[in-house]
Amino acid sequence: MDEDLRREILLDNYQNPKNKETVNDERYLKVNSNNESCIDNIDIFCLYEDGIIKDIKFDGEACAISTSSTSIMIKNLIGKTKEEAEYYIQNFENMVNEEEYNEDILNEGLAYSEIYKQSNRKHCALLPYIGIKKILEKLEK
Amino acid sequence: MHREDFPLLNEDIIYFDNGATTLKPKCVIAKTVEYYEKYGANAHRGDYDISYKASEEYENTRELVKKFINARHLEEIIFTAGATESLNLVVLGFFKKFLEADDEVLITKAEHASNVLPWFNLVKTNGIKVNYIPLDDNHYVTLDNLKKVITPHTKVISLAYITNVLGDMRPIKEIVEFAHQNNIFVVVDAAQSIGHIKTDVQALDVDFLAFSAHKMCGPTGVGVLYGKKELLEELEPLILGGGMNESFDNENEVYYKELPARLEAGTPNVAGVIAFGEAIKYLEDIGLENIENYEKQLRKYLVDKLIDIPHIDLINIESDSGIVSFNVSDIFSQDVAYYLNKYNICVRAGSHCAKILKKETNVKNSVRVSLYFYNTFEEIDELVDLLTDKDKILKEML
Repeated sequence: MDEDLRREILLDNYQNPKNKETVNDERYLKVNSNNESCIDNIDIFCLYEDGIIKDIKFDGEACAISTSSTSIMIKNLIGKTKEEAEYYIQNFENMVNEEEYNEDILNEGLAYSEIYKQSNRKHCALLPYIGIKKILEKLEK
Repeated sequence: MHREDFPLLNEDIIYFDNGATTLKPKCVIAKTVEYYEKYGANAHRGDYDISYKASEEYENTRELVKKFINARHLEEIIFTAGATESLNLVVLGFFKKFLEADDEVLITKAEHASNVLPWFNLVKTNGIKVNYIPLDDNHYVTLDNLKKVITPHTKVISLAYITNVLGDMRPIKEIVEFAHQNNIFVVVDAAQSIGHIKTDVQALDVDFLAFSAHKMCGPTGVGVLYGKKELLEELEPLILGGGMNESFDNENEVYYKELPARLEAGTPNVAGVIAFGEAIKYLEDIGLENIENYEKQLRKYLVDKLIDIPHIDLINIESDSGIVSFNVSDIFSQDVAYYLNKYNICVRAGSHCAKILKKETNVKNSVRVSLYFYNTFEEIDELVDLLTDKDKILKEML
């Protein structure tokens, strides 16, 4: 991805994140995701109905990489089934961890394709995924 | 000043995180190596020369600490792993024994976690209450505000000498005088002050004082608990084992050693304590007053520049130490720290372990620059240059 485009995507999703609001609706499952090594701290709220992720919102304080990554993750997961969501997550994680991945499905998520070069920021990009995976696990039970 | 003494300063970095830990001068590093190479035996054991030498060096540091803080007795100096352990030791080993339900401990919302969480523990175990001295508009502790919250139940006041986010110095001497008139103990967390201003425990008349070696050019893993002798005598050891017992036969016949050994169970950080002695001598050669004055000049120079940058929100314009906390408007503090790191500038971002401070300042996280005597005006110029252009920060922080 072109460097300027990458920067533009990250900055836009940081300064104008989508779906950033607190939810007070019991139908939403909530998790907190925070990095032990830093000060990022976000809550993720997920509405799952009829086998589909109908909505996700998030709120909290986090750095530019974490915030933009959360915004992009949410845009990509809304409307997906649990299995589709898991496939997306797996491929995003593979990309960040320098393993093989399907780049055709990641959309704006590709903006993190070179984050591995800054090893201290990999965990920022992965922060929302820790949270959403906890929610998906709950769905199995 | 004295930059040539610090090997890490040859590595092309600008180090502004002295509140977290300070760099180590060559003499401290060399002393650590000397111990391991020349007399790396255990202290207080063994009837052979190198163990004797290790013990002598170890105890020599105790003597140096005693003079450094002007303690009355040698056995008032207890070596620990750091200020955190020292504070835990005094809260859990001393106050846990004496405080009862509804006794009150006064702290502030600007305290470091290690001067908050041990007291919270006593809320659960002893039913004490933790109350907060209100800070004034500059987030300072004043004697007037203290008097407002003192009650007949107040038993302890526990405060940082200099705080780690706002860098303000507390009027400890006046507080102690007032506290003692009212039979209240005073505990001082000197972690942020010890390497920066002169400490005289007799002049201050504090009951307990805690600090770490690594924040004063010494090694990590070494700290000190100072306590008045008659109080330390009552302090129950939290760690039991070798080195602290006189003799034992069965569970009913256990005899502990006298101070300070009683509170230093197990093999201590012998290398660290010995090297710490060098750090004390090093700082005394430079002179604490010189350090304090130079830091004040550096701080004023930095604040005068930052205050003119419209997108910088300074949290502590006024302060007595080399700590400057700020935010770049609309940019998360950690992103600012990452950006500066690209230029090899080390600053700290976050809440700095003062997690209830946000209730006072309405600022949850910040960038903290903490200065020391080896920092320069030129380094500050570089920092300020990098902070002046907000678009550059936004562009390069990613």
